[in-house]
Amino acid sequence: MQSGSKILKFDVDKLRSQFPILTQKINGKPLVYFDNAATSQKPLSVLEKVYEYYTTINSNVHRGIHTLSEKATIEFETAREKSRKFLNAISIEEIIFTKGVTDGINLVAFSFGEKYINAGDEIVISEMEHHSNIVPWQMLCERKNAKLKVIPVNEKGELIIDEYKNLLSEKVKIVAVTHVSNSLGTINPVKEIIEIAHSRNIPVLLDGAQAAPHLKIDVQELDVDFYVISSHKFYGPTGSGVLYGKEKFLESMPPYQGGGEMIKSVSFSKTLYNELPYKFEAGTPNIAGAIGMGSAIDFIENLGYENISTYENELLHYATDKLNEIDGMRIIGTAKHKASVVSFIINGIHPYDTGSILDQLGIAVRTGYHCTQPLIDFYKLPGTVRASFAVYNTFEEIDRLIEGIHKVKKMIG
Amino acid sequence: MNSIDEIENSLVEDFNTFTEWSDKYEYIIDLGKNLTLIPEQFKIDEFKVKGCQSQVWLKPEYKDGKIFFYADSDAIITKGLIALLVKVLSGQKPEDIVNSKLNFLDKIGMKEHLSPTRSNGLSSMINYMKKYAEVYSKK
Repeated sequence: MQSGSKILKFDVDKLRSQFPILTQKINGKPLVYFDNAATSQKPLSVLEKVYEYYTTINSNVHRGIHTLSEKATIEFETAREKSRKFLNAISIEEIIFTKGVTDGINLVAFSFGEKYINAGDEIVISEMEHHSNIVPWQMLCERKNAKLKVIPVNEKGELIIDEYKNLLSEKVKIVAVTHVSNSLGTINPVKEIIEIAHSRNIPVLLDGAQAAPHLKIDVQELDVDFYVISSHKFYGPTGSGVLYGKEKFLESMPPYQGGGEMIKSVSFSKTLYNELPYKFEAGTPNIAGAIGMGSAIDFIENLGYENISTYENELLHYATDKLNEIDGMRIIGTAKHKASVVSFIINGIHPYDTGSILDQLGIAVRTGYHCTQPLIDFYKLPGTVRASFAVYNTFEEIDRLIEGIHKVKKMIG
Repeated sequence: MNSIDEIENSLVEDFNTFTEWSDKYEYIIDLGKNLTLIPEQFKIDEFKVKGCQSQVWLKPEYKDGKIFFYADSDAIITKGLIALLVKVLSGQKPEDIVNSKLNFLDKIGMKEHLSPTRSNGLSSMINYMKKYAEVYSKK
């Protein structure tokens, strides 16, 4: 452990031992995993929980009267309660299990759209959105003949709030923006964004994919109308996530998909839909995923968000300072408030080349558009290299990245 | 002009002298630097290879029963990879290109770069070149 960390409340070496994947070698070198914004690694506690589910209580939820089904249902619903507490929602009726953020946004774009969006209406998103918070709204706009309006960003990668205010005409029916930018790390002033929208009676959806691993989320304090998270970004399994929605909206929105679980009774003349949250959970859910997500929540809460963000901020600042010492280095995204994501480009070197050589050195970074093509186009770049840090990363690993970049420059620059 | 097999063999010999991955990469990068570039006016969508994270352009030219390839990429490693293929396949008869197995890629340790899911687009480039060759082999 580097002396750089002053306020460390946990032992990183011990923490790393809970992530078996981190001990392996890639291309003969110890793995440095800096692609956490794409997906985080999973601690043993999560893996064991999933294993335990399949080896001891696997069965379908909410239906069987037999013991295993009841046990599986209890575990599944316990995960829902953990998710409620995690987001500080008022009730479990507001917690819909999804496949992840993309699924959650598609659900809202479809069901909210069906109920509330009409021809000529407008939907406000931002220039820094992930494709999954762009395309579902575009599809809705096509379906309903509505219009998409985009909040621009400034050179630092911050939303221009004055422009946002100007966009909020009477036609705007929903605002959907990201809490934290996946490609730049910018933490948006979401409380302010919500207050401005609410002052005009416009509901807000926040994409929390990149916020949940780093920041405490309190949907009541934010007064946000919809909030979506993906378990795999915060140390849980893939294919599992949560849509939080205010009950008044969820209650009034039509179901997204039809099938089992979401119905009360079915006949060929009339089907009655189930109550919340089940109305939006058609089909057998990802039971193991939800239970694993519950364990990921425990993992985060045991560490504590304050400890997580303090440590990750130290990693971010250390990396930013070291990167800035390199000739020809340009960091993309220099917002005042950032999560532990640093996007960069080295003058004259394509991100793909940088990423390929770093991979040979055992360092996993993401290169390209990061599913935010409009944002990268704004910077007129062929892509960026993104290093994103999780709580198990170390200062020594950042030193390895810096060494790696010097090697890239030597080979290509 | 040497045959595809001969060129492949000489590449394999070159690569066999390398012990470090960085030597291989530097060799590939050098190949890229010496690639006969596609003229600027052909850097258009029609000649763009899809499936690469970087931009790749590849233009064939049919002359005297042979196909010549001109290419470029904005990433130097990708450019080196396409140069490797151009070195082997450019100036060959269409049917030889179609029938080439390109086993050398395995022998020089580039097999892992061949999977269609790799973002370097090596397999897309090969498909592209073979598709062109197929058209001319029927002429």
